[in-house]
Amino acid sequence: MGVGSFFTSKLDEAIGWARKYSIFQYPFVTACCGMEYMATACSHYDIDRFGAGLPRFSPRQADVLFVVGTISQKMAPVLKRIYDQMTEPKWVVAFGVCTCTGGFYDNYATVQGIDTIIPVDVYIPGCPPRPESVIDGLMKLQDKIATQTQRF
Amino acid sequence: MAEPVRRDFMLGEGAGTGSGGQQNLHVGVGPAHPAMHGIIRIQTEIDGEFIRKADVEIGYLHRAFEKDCEVGGYNNAIPYTDRLNYVSPLINNFAYAAAVEKLLGIEVTERCKFIRTVMSEISRVCDHLTCVGASAMELGAFTVFLYMIKAREYLWELVEDVTGARLTISYGRVGGVKADLPDGFAAKMTTAFKETREVLDEVHRLLTGNRIFMDRMVGVGVLSREETIGYAITGPLLRAAGVGYDVRRAQPHWAYDRVQWEVPTQKDGDNYSRYLVRMAEMEQSMRIAEQALAMMPGGAINVDFEGRPIDPAAYVDQGKQGKTEGLLLVPITLSPNLQGQNRAAWNQVNAHDKRVVLPPKETTYGSIEGLMNHFMLIMEGYGIRPPLGEAYFATEGANGELGFYVVSDGTDRPYRVRCRPPCLPPLAALHRMIEGEQIADLIPTFGSVNMIGGELDR
Amino acid sequence: MQGGQILQRLRDRFGGAVVDTHEHRGDATLVVDRGTLVDALRFCRDEPTLGFDVLMDLTAVDYQRYPGREDGPRFDVVYHLYSLAQNHRVRVKVRVDEDDAAVPTAVDLWPIANWFEREVWDMFGVHFSGHPDLRRLLMYEEFVGHALRKDYPINRRQPLIGPKQ
Ligand code: SF4
Repeated sequence: MGVGSFFTSKLDEAIGWARKYSIFQYPFVTACCGMEYMATACSHYDIDRFGAGLPRFSPRQADVLFVVGTISQKMAPVLKRIYDQMTEPKWVVAFGVCTCTGGFYDNYATVQGIDTIIPVDVYIPGCPPRPESVIDGLMKLQDKIATQTQRF
Repeated sequence: MAEPVRRDFMLGEGAGTGSGGQQNLHVGVGPAHPAMHGIIRIQTEIDGEFIRKADVEIGYLHRAFEKDCEVGGYNNAIPYTDRLNYVSPLINNFAYAAAVEKLLGIEVTERCKFIRTVMSEISRVCDHLTCVGASAMELGAFTVFLYMIKAREYLWELVEDVTGARLTISYGRVGGVKADLPDGFAAKMTTAFKETREVLDEVHRLLTGNRIFMDRMVGVGVLSREETIGYAITGPLLRAAGVGYDVRRAQPHWAYDRVQWEVPTQKDGDNYSRYLVRMAEMEQSMRIAEQALAMMPGGAINVDFEGRPIDPAAYVDQGKQGKTEGLLLVPITLSPNLQGQNRAAWNQVNAHDKRVVLPPKETTYGSIEGLMNHFMLIMEGYGIRPPLGEAYFATEGANGELGFYVVSDGTDRPYRVRCRPPCLPPLAALHRMIEGEQIADLIPTFGSVNMIGGELDR
Repeated sequence: MQGGQILQRLRDRFGGAVVDTHEHRGDATLVVDRGTLVDALRFCRDEPTLGFDVLMDLTAVDYQRYPGREDGPRFDVVYHLYSLAQNHRVRVKVRVDEDDAAVPTAVDLWPIANWFEREVWDMFGVHFSGHPDLRRLLMYEEFVGHALRKDYPINRRQPLIGPKQ
């Protein structure tokens, strides 16, 4: 291993470590899952422990997009636009089975999974997912952030 | 006269081209706006800080509830009703089930009525907690939100004990409820209510009379009594405008006429009155739940497993081989997933009508008639088949009159299910509440109408 | 007032314009002729003994596949009225054909009719003549068809972005 690549991989690790504990999320809350999102974010389950306690309600200042709740066909362009407005590096979490696959709303109004519109990093299934599974998903995301090749 | 403010430096189409350089600005708020919980779009026309005109657009969470209901059997619609008003799903469950019961012309048991009353009121408290908490948060009072969610967490644990889920509970059934209340429910409820009362007390001290809060709420978002009625607004908003209409009082059902409670009203019809009404209602709801639980007939359910309890698997096997003789008399321990569906509990919470309610699990596994009965209700083309006709049933949802209008064509699927959403009328009148007020007042007003997307857009 | 009395009062007043009345499961229902609809609604609202001051709900039902209604008028537009003072309810219905699916608006009587009627237009394609602003309420303008009609397949999607179907 050359000195250069040793350096970048260490730097990568350092940046990954820093990034994984400073998740600024944009909660794109549309539906019932939002109630469970609130529960997870509040004191009882306290996601601040994972460095994800501060929601930024502006896509430009956020780096993780939490898509929480059903996305309807009418809402899809809005979601896409918000995703496009976020700056790199960015990650997307599909929260709840509606965002993963459309859930049990197989009908004319509902998007059958947000990955048909935007790329998704972590899927958290459940209708709604319990706070425990949300935290699990969050930790998976942290792993992903920490180990990926960092671009900056 | 002061110079008209020049706005041509601002963005916006044709800015500065109006008369004398003065022109109203069009600002879209939503559908995903940081300061609003809920996805609607408000097209405002603002003049300085004041909203001159507003056009509200909804439908961003339309999930085809009414169409989905037409696809499955009558009980299949229950999970969809959970997701209407997802903050108080129990009320939706029961209201829908009651509408179908009305269509069938059946009556549920006494104990079931009391269970529905207790659980509906717990749901209502959850809803009001979320509403007040979230709107306080949007005004900057984050502490209140944390406190209220803490209280809601206690109540949700209670709900989870009963239904098995925190939020999407699917606990109602046509003709009854899924299961009886678990052991130790009363004690847990007492604890949860004690915590909730403490939180309410704290919130009262934080908000009621708080100068900043009052400045944002008093006299803001006013809707006159006449307009409130004209817009068919019910629930806390109507009561805040001085009309004491509450479906639970006006057309009592379940156990509401057997408990003592009051309908809190205010007269100003502004955001502050709505806040006060909601705060008072939570206390009343807890009163109702406590009394109903104390009066609940049948008392606690104690299934006694004296004799020889046999392994459920062996029991089922025996049943499958046709050795059903005497099987019904053998007490068994059912898998915990089926809890509450055992005979003793079943008898108390379900209407005794074979055409509607699944038999208790012992009967299903233990006798051929029970098995056939079960299949008849589950198989496509059979199931619950109300006679031709239609029925409308209303109960008091957390936001007002929650009505279900069900039409039957005699088959096992609802021909049409219509939900009268309590949330829609206030949203239809939202422009009347915000026009002429400052743009900052949009936030508390929107918070006070407690818009719930699932129910609004269905 | 009891349901029967309400219906009697309305039958007395509107006679020939009343197509049908029934009281299934205790819900008093009046079916009126389209031409008389607005008069009947106004009478319900303004007559003191009736006093139906709240238009609780307004919706429609597509009877295309209903036994006995296959070739009858296709849509029922359904009004649920409630009286705060008298604490009673009535259901008023009007039947319209598919080719001529239009009903006079009730916006002048109750402002809430505005949104309810937009929803019925959106979901069933029943037109409300005289409505000030008959746009879709829940679906988007690009959507073709009316979703709650019985002949609209439940999963025919019309995405704005993303893959088609
Ligand atoms: S996954 Fe379930 S709880 Fe979450 S938004 Fe969809 S329906 Fe609601």
